Amino acid sequence: MQTDTRTTIDRTTSPSGVAISVMRFTGDISSTSKESVHGAWQGLAGNGPVLLDFSKVEYINSSGIGLIITMLMEADKAGQKVAIFGLTPHFQKVFTMVGIGKYAGLHKDEATAAASL
Amino acid sequence: MVVTSGTSVEVRLPSRLGFEKVAMGTAASVAQLMGFPPERIEDLKTAVAEACINAIEHGNHLNEKLSVVVILSASDQALEVKVLDNGTGMSKQPPQPDIDRKIHGEEDPRGMGMFLIQKLVDEAEWVHDSKGKGSYVRLVIRLDKENE
Repeated sequence: MQTDTRTTIDRTTSPSGVAISVMRFTGDISSTSKESVHGAWQGLAGNGPVLLDFSKVEYINSSGIGLIITMLMEADKAGQKVAIFGLTPHFQKVFTMVGIGKYAGLHKDEATAAASL
Repeated sequence: MVVTSGTSVEVRLPSRLGFEKVAMGTAASVAQLMGFPPERIEDLKTAVAEACINAIEHGNHLNEKLSVVVILSASDQALEVKVLDNGTGMSKQPPQPDIDRKIHGEEDPRGMGMFLIQKLVDEAEWVHDSKGKGSYVRLVIRLDKENE
C-alpha cells in the first residue's frame, strides 16, 4: 500500500561555485523510507551543503518528517547547510508549522535553493 | 453528484501502515463532492492520515486482526470524521513539539501527528469510550472557514 521511496544523489554547483550534493526523493516519505533516506544520507553526512528535492514526492507523514528532522539533526551537529525545494504548497505549510524552516531554508525551486547555500 | 446533509460514508481498514491512504483518498473524495477548496482538502488528507496512523500504531498496536473504522459524516456546513480503534485512548496530550529540542536530541524527532491534526482541522477531540469498547478521534473541518 505504501509506495517505496527512491533516493538518488546528484551533484551541482551553486552560483558562487560551491559544490552541492542533491538528494532527490521519489515516492512516499514515511516510516518505510528509513533505509532509503538514511542510507543515502550516510554517504553525504559531513560532506558539504545538501539540497533535498521533494518535487516527486506526493505523500509525507509525521514519520517521514521525523526522518527529515533526524537528517537535519546530524547536519546541524556537523555544521552542514541544508536547503529544501520542490514541496507542494501544502507540505511547505506543514514543514513551516513544525519548524523545519528554522534549520533548512524552504525554496520554490532548485536554482533558488542552490543560491541560498 | 451532490453530498446532502446527513450523508455518511464508512471505511474499515486493516491495522497495517499504508492503509491510511485509503481513508485519505475517501475523505478527499467526499470533501471534494461537498465543495471544499483544494487547500482545505490537503489539510484534511494529512489530518485523516495522521489520525489513522495513530489508531493503527498506538490504538490497535499494528494487530491486523483489528480494524480501524473511519466514519465521514457530511452536514451543510462541515465534514466530521471519526477514526475509531480498539485502544484505551490517551491518558494525556503529548507536549507541543519543539523543533529546537528535536534538533538537539532532547526530544524524539517523531511525535508530531497530533500537533498536525490540531493545526490542520477546525476541531479535534480524542474520546475514550466509557463502555470499554475502544476510543476515537473526532475531527471537524468547516466549509466556511479558511485554515491558515
